[in-house]
Amino acid sequence: MQTTDTAPRSLFDKLWDSHVVTAESKATPAVLYIDLHLVHEVTSPQGFDMLRARGLKVARPDRTLATLDHSTPTLAADESGKRPYVSQQAERQVDALRANCAEFGIELHDFDSDQRGIVHVMAPETGATQPGMTIVCGDSHTSTHGAFGALAFGIGSTEVGYVLATQALLQRRPNSMRITVTGQLAPQVTAKDLALHIINRIGVNGGTGFVIEYAGSAVRQLGMEARMTLCNMSIEAGARAGIVAPDEVTVEYLRGRQRVPAGADFDIAAKRWLELASDANAVFDREEFVDAADVRPTITFGTDPAMSVAIDAVVPAPRTAGDRAALQYMAVEGGKPLLGHPVDVVFIGSCTNGRISDLRAAAEILRGRRVAKNVRMLVVPGSAAVRKQAEKEGLDRVFIEAGAEWREPGCSMCIAMNGDIVAPGQTAVSTSNRNFEGRQGAGARTMLASPATAAACALAGCVADLRDLRDEREAV
Amino acid sequence: MQAFERLTGRILVLPQENIDTDQIIPARFLTTTTFTGLGEHVFADWRYDANGAPRPDCPLNEPRAKDSPILVAGHNFGCGSSREHAPHALRDFGFRVVISSEIADIFRSNAQNIGLLPIVLPPEQHAQLLQMDGEEISVDLKACMVTTRGRHTDVDFPFRIDAFARHCLLRGMDRLDYLLSQRDAIRRFEASR
Repeated sequence: MQTTDTAPRSLFDKLWDSHVVTAESKATPAVLYIDLHLVHEVTSPQGFDMLRARGLKVARPDRTLATLDHSTPTLAADESGKRPYVSQQAERQVDALRANCAEFGIELHDFDSDQRGIVHVMAPETGATQPGMTIVCGDSHTSTHGAFGALAFGIGSTEVGYVLATQALLQRRPNSMRITVTGQLAPQVTAKDLALHIINRIGVNGGTGFVIEYAGSAVRQLGMEARMTLCNMSIEAGARAGIVAPDEVTVEYLRGRQRVPAGADFDIAAKRWLELASDANAVFDREEFVDAADVRPTITFGTDPAMSVAIDAVVPAPRTAGDRAALQYMAVEGGKPLLGHPVDVVFIGSCTNGRISDLRAAAEILRGRRVAKNVRMLVVPGSAAVRKQAEKEGLDRVFIEAGAEWREPGCSMCIAMNGDIVAPGQTAVSTSNRNFEGRQGAGARTMLASPATAAACALAGCVADLRDLRDEREAV
Repeated sequence: MQAFERLTGRILVLPQENIDTDQIIPARFLTTTTFTGLGEHVFADWRYDANGAPRPDCPLNEPRAKDSPILVAGHNFGCGSSREHAPHALRDFGFRVVISSEIADIFRSNAQNIGLLPIVLPPEQHAQLLQMDGEEISVDLKACMVTTRGRHTDVDFPFRIDAFARHCLLRGMDRLDYLLSQRDAIRRFEASR
């Protein structure tokens, strides 16, 4: 596994090699240095308790950044300032993060911060996420940050404690996979559709043990927010991390953001970032090729993210007991189309699709139209900055006038632990990342799709193909 | 962390593939700030119906479940969320070993970190164990071997596990001391960049 200085290296090799403090041996894993540790209220309290129990300090508070997202209400505070927490315990969890950050000197973005947001939305948009970094967080969707050419992966709470204490982790070098997406995505096909297509191709465990590099012309053509969507979903194929090599798109996205260097220092940093790419003859443990022309607007019909079809296709006939259980849970039939299947809830948001470009895509479909009477639609911006920008563009008015609820930022209905839930037996089309049984509430049924597809379903009141939307708005 | 050397006990089989951590512990139980008592909620939506009544067809509700320290689960166990609450809930319920033909990366490392032994066996051997619900087997971490003198077959399945994870589990040692011993190297690394 050791590479020499002259051997061609992949982007992953470069990221890994440049963060190894102590090389791995048969007896011990590598000590891997962590540049940025992102912290939220759900998976960190036990890590801070570990520090207290051992009498330790946070090694690098300056490399630690905290936000509130998972347990937070998305309804505003009342006049007295009280927020509608789902439970006292949820509120206590938020209070615990405040107390821990105060005690250990960590920067926390609380409700009053214009930088607060879902951890995987706020860190990139403030420029905390930068190419070449190692980034961890007690959250599996940390893979999102790989869109910048960073090695970013989710960890457990014990490891949160380890990183707080030492700014390092013990890790075995994972395998590397490259997925090259050739050609060009069709205009109404998004990064979410591509992600679902890839997961369907390689399976929910296809990436287990691997870090995936996404490459090829179709990936190069994606904007940064779309690349984040793609890398975000890597974990849904079992891969802890997904990466895209930095290019001019990356540099232009980062230019001028709060936490990146300014002036001449930015140009120096940008030059370094652009050197982060796989060498021409780099060797990968596995290579996959996807033709972008094969990707259509995609939606899931089952209970794991690999169980998806093109929106106008029929649900595949079940082959295993697991398939049958999934179809039964979802109340869909093999061999029948999904189009027209009744939808009760539409959720736009999450670390997968809660950014401004996602809200714009949904608003574009909804503008001047009404959400079907039978549908409850929730739009939850991924961060305070996304919310502010959306309001500046009038997107909030588009959503509200269409009949959707416009909320405060947070994870909301994606993980459904803050009270934003889908009722038992209801079907939601969601722009989030997981369609597991009960993910959006006990007994809830989830179909994953892009923001545009979700918005089209909201209008139709059933699973609908956005390409079939007639523009009757002119006539009204 | 409790040390693990050798254990003889009964198997409980959950044959479903791709059991994700949302099944193991639904997100609504994650507002806790500790890891204590999570066994009460393990597989909550498999064990209880919407009214909170135990589902009689769920093997985890059988009296033997609390007395079965070895979970044999379908392919790709523990996929999804990084919540360490999942291995803690299994451990608190009474499981000390999880065996599958594939275990998701983050779940596996979390399990090792908290003293729940994850074992991956080849598909044929795993398939054999899936047919042995309720039978007694032995798991020996020193010998890296799963053995049983079964009703129908004898089983001697060697397994592989990361040497450092094995070292830590055998001694009931967490990894923090080792990482703390690397602090000078970490500071030198920081200074060299």
